[in-house]
Amino acid sequence: MSDDHHDHKPTGLGRWLFSTNHKDIGTMYLWFSFIMLFIGGGMAMIIRAELYQPGMQLVDPDFFNQMTTLHGLIMVFGVIMPAFVGFANWLVPMMIGAPDMALPRMNNMSFWILPFAFGTLLSTLFMEGSAPNFGWTFYAPLSTTYGPASTDYFIFGVHLMGISSIMGSINVIVTILNMRAPGMTLMKMPIFVWTWLITAFLLIAVMPVLAGVVTMMLTDRNFGTSFFEAAGGGDPVMFQHVFWFFGHPEVYIMILPSFGIISQIIPTFARKKLFGYSSMVYATASIAILSFIVWAHHMYTVGMPLAGELFFMLATMLIAVPTGVKVFNWTATMWKGSLTFETPMLFSVAFIILFTIGGFSGLMMSITPVDFQYHDTYFIVAHFHYVLVTGALFAIFAGAYYWLPKWTGNMYDETLGKVHFWISLVSVNVLFFPMHFLGLAGMPRRIPDYALQFTDFNQMASIGAFVFGGIQLLFLYIVIKCIRGGEKATDQVWEGAEGLEFEQLPSPAPFHSFTQAPEVK
Amino acid sequence: MGDGMSVLLRTIKAISLMFVSTELFAAAQMDLTPGVTAISQEVYELHTLILWICVIIGAGVFGVIFISIFKHRKSKGAVAANFHDNMTVEVLWTVIPFLILIGMAIPAAKTLIKMESPADDAEVTIKITGYQWKWNYDYMHEGFNYFSNLAQSSKDAVNSDNPKDREGINYLLDVDNRMVIPANKKVRFLMTSNDVIHSWWVPDFAVKKDAIPGYINEAWTIVPKEGVYRGQCAELCGKDHGFMPIVVEVKSEADYAAWVAEKKGVAAAAAAGDSKTWTMDELMAKGKDIYNASCAACHMAEGQGIPAAGFPALKASAIATGPVAAHLDIVINGSKVNPAMAAYGAQMSDADLAAVITYERNAWGNNTGDAVQPADVKAARK
Repeated sequence: MSDDHHDHKPTGLGRWLFSTNHKDIGTMYLWFSFIMLFIGGGMAMIIRAELYQPGMQLVDPDFFNQMTTLHGLIMVFGVIMPAFVGFANWLVPMMIGAPDMALPRMNNMSFWILPFAFGTLLSTLFMEGSAPNFGWTFYAPLSTTYGPASTDYFIFGVHLMGISSIMGSINVIVTILNMRAPGMTLMKMPIFVWTWLITAFLLIAVMPVLAGVVTMMLTDRNFGTSFFEAAGGGDPVMFQHVFWFFGHPEVYIMILPSFGIISQIIPTFARKKLFGYSSMVYATASIAILSFIVWAHHMYTVGMPLAGELFFMLATMLIAVPTGVKVFNWTATMWKGSLTFETPMLFSVAFIILFTIGGFSGLMMSITPVDFQYHDTYFIVAHFHYVLVTGALFAIFAGAYYWLPKWTGNMYDETLGKVHFWISLVSVNVLFFPMHFLGLAGMPRRIPDYALQFTDFNQMASIGAFVFGGIQLLFLYIVIKCIRGGEKATDQVWEGAEGLEFEQLPSPAPFHSFTQAPEVK
Repeated sequence: MGDGMSVLLRTIKAISLMFVSTELFAAAQMDLTPGVTAISQEVYELHTLILWICVIIGAGVFGVIFISIFKHRKSKGAVAANFHDNMTVEVLWTVIPFLILIGMAIPAAKTLIKMESPADDAEVTIKITGYQWKWNYDYMHEGFNYFSNLAQSSKDAVNSDNPKDREGINYLLDVDNRMVIPANKKVRFLMTSNDVIHSWWVPDFAVKKDAIPGYINEAWTIVPKEGVYRGQCAELCGKDHGFMPIVVEVKSEADYAAWVAEKKGVAAAAAAGDSKTWTMDELMAKGKDIYNASCAACHMAEGQGIPAAGFPALKASAIATGPVAAHLDIVINGSKVNPAMAAYGAQMSDADLAAVITYERNAWGNNTGDAVQPADVKAARK
């Protein structure tokens, strides 16, 4: 590229602290997410170690509750969401032919809020009394009247995360709507850009709701209101309605960008265009719209009227249709392709199958009368780990392997990548599949100790957890090794890769992506 | 459900048993329980039906993916085809799943409507109140209520280093006082809570309903089979959420009537206990039992508390060794600053409160020598 000589970067700490560059900020988001993965994962290891056998061995029940709470919060808000914002930062400008994000200073701020948000959240572990111990869903009144003193820090942390997410999504929307290269119509955008555009709208719609619910908690706890306090005329069930009105779209916020990543990768390694591009776009939009009218399927047991239970059951079942369309389209993309199985493709194929298994258990739980049996058991734990670990996290792994050569200019170590994949694949199923059985057999979630008949499957799950957790250190090694050197990547990187970032930018991509708008056919 | 469907279900069940029962985990339950009530069996059939629909769809989709993985490899010389759009198949794979979903929704709605039908014709009504961390069962038409705590055998085994201590005691699934209901009668449960949200769940009845402060939820069951059925609290309710099991004993009509009569006698004796004067030894013995059942979860068996988690020690504490009036006040009315300390005035009789307060004032070296009598409690309740 002719503009390479503009490629001078600021140096030292200032490069990162004051960065307005989409790539540097993307890198920081991804490293932040990676660090949080190990912190949240460490908590998961504590949980699985305590659950290795019946009886309390390692921690006390209150600390166990702190671990499940912080594990959930960190994985949702500190790992999956920042990783996708990192991908958006790196890729959206490159994919739509823009030089950078539209609002670079806001971009800097939305990242730098995060370390403070999570610093606040994690500091509660070192406070007198208990850290937040009421589950990542923080149901009132357990989190309000009965919450530990540190809950106010948790509320402040959630507010900061919300501000960061809203700024990040405004940036994504403004960039996508204003900075596309000439000729890049909406229906020519890569699917990843589409999924992020829709995700950003979801974020703007529901993050204020989350902010609202924690603010109501704050005033209930400190200023004498009774939003959720029955004794004061308030309503604890209203908390759940407000929380899940945020919480259900949040679920799709964590999965739609994964759909985007997978939709970029499968065509590359099938050497065949994505099947049903427009139906993929419409399916994503349908899922997003439906996500606003299904929230109460998280609360079938609160004693809703029959009409409410029926409505939420039917609306929830409906989500299976656009989700199915996506799976069928990916399958059709692979069909009669010319397939190769480099690490990104391996993770993507595993994603399709394992995410679909998570989708099936989701469909089972949409059925209200049966959900009375599944609700709040390990069955739901199995379900959301299938969609979030073998779903969202596997998509993040796939995306990282897929674009690392473009980002660093070096190929990662393919052999090690495959080792990482196969060990992750086996161990993650040993970890989460038995949880279906535990839930069906009647083991409630969020308990630090269990009856003897649950021992076998808990041990299996724990062993899977230790292997799955441990092997992620190999991923860390692979990433560092790739950054530091390795076989040089070509500009196209992958034989079947299409899109502006592979066709019109060198590897590694220059510091400023497109200083002149590329031509889009 | 029609005949055709039950034949299908039976066949499916037989096939699934072949896979499941032979394996390593023959001892461990892997599937949902069919339970013992008509409703729970209907729920189980729905579960099985939907599971197998998912398995069949999964086998189809994954089958296509695997064929593609093995046949359409570049290394086998596969050349990529050119197609990337087809309106017909898009419409087909939107409409067909939609029809399958309708097929699932109809039996599901039927079962749901049955489960949610009103229980006004119930012959027994039990109000279930969740407490941190125990259940209260109030037999509303019989005029007695009692608490159901985790059994002492399980409490003793929780921190034991010897796994054998946890065997043979229905570890974490046993209680001191069971709920008792008659067989073949419609029993209505009314759920509410005294503090945070709990959830009352007995898998064999397919009954799970949240117990929410300020709400009264309703569920019902008719259990045809006598026996003992176990469940657990299903909603995170704080530290000992994992330690508040549910045990329901279903008795024949005659045995149930005898049990009710006995319970009424116990209630009458408790009322008599409120009006007598107790000796120190009687108070200490009764107080120790009550303390272990109701107080030790937070203040711990030796009164040492868990200060790090906000549960203060009672041993040598200002309240337990200071003026009796302040001690009576905090136990009867709860703490004004720490909601974890509930108001026990509503939960316990005068004699129970007198005994437990006496115990706290004299155990673990507190040795105040105070013997609090039911009459003192009665006076302090004002």
